[in-house]
Amino acid sequence: MKLEDLVQVSEIEWEIPRHFRADMRVPVRLFATREQLLQIVNDRSLEQAVNAATLPGLVGHVIVMPDMHQGYGFPIGGIAATEYPTGVISPGAIGYDINCGVRLLASTLEFQSVKDDLDTLATLLNNYCPSGVGKAGAMKINLRELDRLLEGGSHWAQKKGFATDADLARTEETGRLKDADPSKVSDRAKKRGQDQVGSLGAGNHFIEVEVVDQVFDQKAVQVMGLHQGCLTLQIHCGSRGLGHQVCTDYVQRFQASVKKYGINLPDRELVCAPMDTQEGKDYLGAMRAAANFAFANRQILAHSARRAFEEAFRGKSSAHLYQVYDITHNMGKIETHEVDGKEIMVCVHRKGATRAFGPGSHELPSEYREIGQPVIIPGSMGTASWVLVGTEESMTRAFGSSCHGAGRMMSRSKAKHEVRGDQLRKDLEAKGIKIRAGSLPGLAEEAPQAYKDVDMVVETVVKAGIAKKVARLKPVVVIKG
Amino acid sequence: MGFEEVAHTADWSVRVWGKDLNELLSEAARAMNTLAGIQTSESPFLKRIFVFESGDEDSLLIAFLTELIYFQEQENLAFSIFDIKNRDQQVTVTMRGSKIRKIEKVVKAVTWHNLKIRHTLRGYETEIVFDV
Repeated sequence: MKLEDLVQVSEIEWEIPRHFRADMRVPVRLFATREQLLQIVNDRSLEQAVNAATLPGLVGHVIVMPDMHQGYGFPIGGIAATEYPTGVISPGAIGYDINCGVRLLASTLEFQSVKDDLDTLATLLNNYCPSGVGKAGAMKINLRELDRLLEGGSHWAQKKGFATDADLARTEETGRLKDADPSKVSDRAKKRGQDQVGSLGAGNHFIEVEVVDQVFDQKAVQVMGLHQGCLTLQIHCGSRGLGHQVCTDYVQRFQASVKKYGINLPDRELVCAPMDTQEGKDYLGAMRAAANFAFANRQILAHSARRAFEEAFRGKSSAHLYQVYDITHNMGKIETHEVDGKEIMVCVHRKGATRAFGPGSHELPSEYREIGQPVIIPGSMGTASWVLVGTEESMTRAFGSSCHGAGRMMSRSKAKHEVRGDQLRKDLEAKGIKIRAGSLPGLAEEAPQAYKDVDMVVETVVKAGIAKKVARLKPVVVIKG
Repeated sequence: MGFEEVAHTADWSVRVWGKDLNELLSEAARAMNTLAGIQTSESPFLKRIFVFESGDEDSLLIAFLTELIYFQEQENLAFSIFDIKNRDQQVTVTMRGSKIRKIEKVVKAVTWHNLKIRHTLRGYETEIVFDV
């Protein structure tokens, strides 16, 4: 696809019209600067967005964020809403890592007063929060208990002593999607998840300790309990092998469903089923169960991180980590949105896109209803992360969504070719960032130069009016699997 | 038979070819293990059986590679020798391999993105995108 195929709507908004390809059901709307767009056209992400626009039951636009990049089937950074219940749900438009998301915790500790203890903290976090390839997990649970976890999510974790009321209140959907159905999750998926509860995994997942280095919205940081110079902790991970297997199972099953329901698609990864069919209902039940696994997983990791903080900063009452918010960026959610002047129920597929509800949303905890939903944007290792809030415009223009990160721009092979893991670690440590990594080649793949400029991504969504800046976070400890 | 990596921004993509379906499957497994940086121990070979009962060649390839991911994750096993028999609409793969000594990257899943096994002059060929 070429730049000329897009219609410029404003300085940072572009459209691929519906007539671009005969099988498109809705147009594609992209938020990006011209510079970002020139980068985006280098891979096949726009073609994937056009493919996504062929899903039956779509309403409005397929929307893509400035951190968009090529994925499989559906582009990363994409949002698509299908009318509920007659429209389809597509597992590939949610992704294999169901409810991959980010949790931000904060302390009242001042960075300056604890900076000499960060090495100890890094080691303790690395010891208490299992990470890396394979089965490493904080706990192994039996299948009956796993079913309870799949139904309860963070509420299950609370019953086991891993969560507080405040944690649940400050988690999207309070950390439990209703109508999760463990009976729709295969035995194989459960077996994969059984001993991975409370583990980080590998790839781009991480735990970071950060310091608030810039404040943009004094009122919002106060409500969130942040302040300039305080220490925070971010957890990025998802539903591990259980979620991967749920998606694998249903992408396989839906290969037959599309034939059964006469759905033609340009890519088999986009297979789908109408939500009012048995197949659609089964996937919704299984996906919600996998999402609950991810909520519980991040909750237990948060519990382990609290233990590390309290041990590293023993005797300091301000060492407690309290929850700012937990959000998901790979999910299908049934929500009510205004489309063509009418409020309708839709399934919002977000794949590498964050829910960003504006002020007044009843889904938010009471303290956030006035300022809007916290949106946590992890940067690439060594660069800033951001705390934003959703706006009224995100509701009307992006199905209550925003970007999810910096977005990759360099392949993993190229990154490994251009960056040496040991050198990168030295460079980051010279900047004052403590690193604990399971694999040096893995570290090189996640090098900051493999990603777009997260600050520019944030500038674009802010300029588009779909999010507002609250604070910028600078990393001081990075734990990677 | 062989494989080569194809540029992909976020995940892993490989082009794989072989003179027949058996070679294609074996080579796809080798590609996945190589990309994941798997090194196995010198321990005696262990055997596992994979049976595929219905579906097209694309479905078989996905199911086969997904099976390997499962054994990798659950039993810390990687396979390098495959004996593939196709009888009465049923494919049976006898897989022989060893315990994994080192692994660099986890493969989350094998995707259907643009997957199509083509029958070419040199045999069978396809591109596979792995979610990593």
